[in-house]
Amino acid sequence: MTRMPYYPGCTLKTKAQNYDLSTRAVFRELGIDLVELPRWNCCGAVFSLVTDDLLRQVAPITNLIRVQELQGTDSVDDPRLVVPCAMCFNVLKRANARMKDNPEDLKKINDFLYLESQPYRGEVQIIHTLELLKEISAKRIKEQVKFPLLGLKVSPYYGCNLLRPKDVAIDNPENPTLLEDFTQALGAEVVFNNRRLRCCGSYQTVSEKGLVADLVYDIIMGAARAGADLIITACPLCSFNLDWRQKEAMEAHSDHKLIPVIYYTELMALALGIGNGFGGEHFVDPQPLLQKFLEKEKGGI
Amino acid sequence: MNERFLRIKRIVLGPRNREFSKKVEELSGETVNLCEQCGTCSGSCPMVGEMDITPSFMMRMVQLGEEEVLESKTFWICASCYTCSVRCPRGIDPAKVAEALRQIKLRAALDFLDISKITEEEAKILPQIALVAALRKFTG
Repeated sequence: MTRMPYYPGCTLKTKAQNYDLSTRAVFRELGIDLVELPRWNCCGAVFSLVTDDLLRQVAPITNLIRVQELQGTDSVDDPRLVVPCAMCFNVLKRANARMKDNPEDLKKINDFLYLESQPYRGEVQIIHTLELLKEISAKRIKEQVKFPLLGLKVSPYYGCNLLRPKDVAIDNPENPTLLEDFTQALGAEVVFNNRRLRCCGSYQTVSEKGLVADLVYDIIMGAARAGADLIITACPLCSFNLDWRQKEAMEAHSDHKLIPVIYYTELMALALGIGNGFGGEHFVDPQPLLQKFLEKEKGGI
Repeated sequence: MNERFLRIKRIVLGPRNREFSKKVEELSGETVNLCEQCGTCSGSCPMVGEMDITPSFMMRMVQLGEEEVLESKTFWICASCYTCSVRCPRGIDPAKVAEALRQIKLRAALDFLDISKITEEEAKILPQIALVAALRKFTG
């Protein structure tokens, strides 16, 4: 077992518990024990884009000091910080890069955080769970598949925060293949949705529900035209919008086709035979589809 | 090049316009004058249909230091998806310009989001990152 520092973030502890639980279970199965950072705090969810806002970098940097503290103990083997939430990943990685590129900013932040046990040294490396899966390799994942997802048509959806801007991108920002590669490794059929990189509306969902519902309609219908049974995401906010805003999309568009949305880790857990019971709240319930599939699989063995 | 031609083509901003343009440049850290109005940002923006002016129009107004851009809803509709940022052939990040415009409004205590309008039903289902992100983007 390789032990690695792990930052779940607020949403994975509450509305997206199914993402947190399935991530931990999948990595345990693949030989990685995710060690939750002690005393982590909210990262701020969106990276501040103006130049004079150093105070807004305090929250992410405090978390990176927690990583240093954890590295100082004997509880992790691989020092890199693993982050599953796409929004947290974007914020932490960009805040980290800002500190690395601007020693003056780093000094100011450290002066401000003088009560911390140690200053931030700017050396923490941040890795997204999908990047870690790529390191583990699709081949190894394929070897561990117990129930190949034969015949299941899966449409990967990337959203924004994992691919843009370029300096944080975990894959080619215009033509990524990470999610497709390992969906194939699970035995499922990948269907191509040309809206897979399109913004889902993000935080506009709080005040502009109708606008987000239109974007979601466009994305879901793209997947429907490609013949998808299921959509997989890596972001709790994409997941929420794509799932729950189908209610408004359905009301506004009579031809809307409901498609369930789950996290890629839940799909993996299913194929690796570690379970289907991670809970999670849904508008479009994925269980009928997944249950039907599991029964067919088990019946065939 | 012909001296006379250069003189005719030059656009000179008044002090007030220059000051506004400079303010946005400083806040965003982006050189807005690099924009050549190719429209790639407007063509790539998933939100453009909901905006009153296109992202490239917004860039042009900032270049010219037209403060009226602050009355547009374009930069509030922007969801910081960074599609324009990765595609701009001049290497400008229009998402940062939109953030600077939001900040100018928010720092004048003009919030865009009224949290009392979020219904109880919505508050129950919205994920934390949606609320934190919206509050950071839309309130000062």
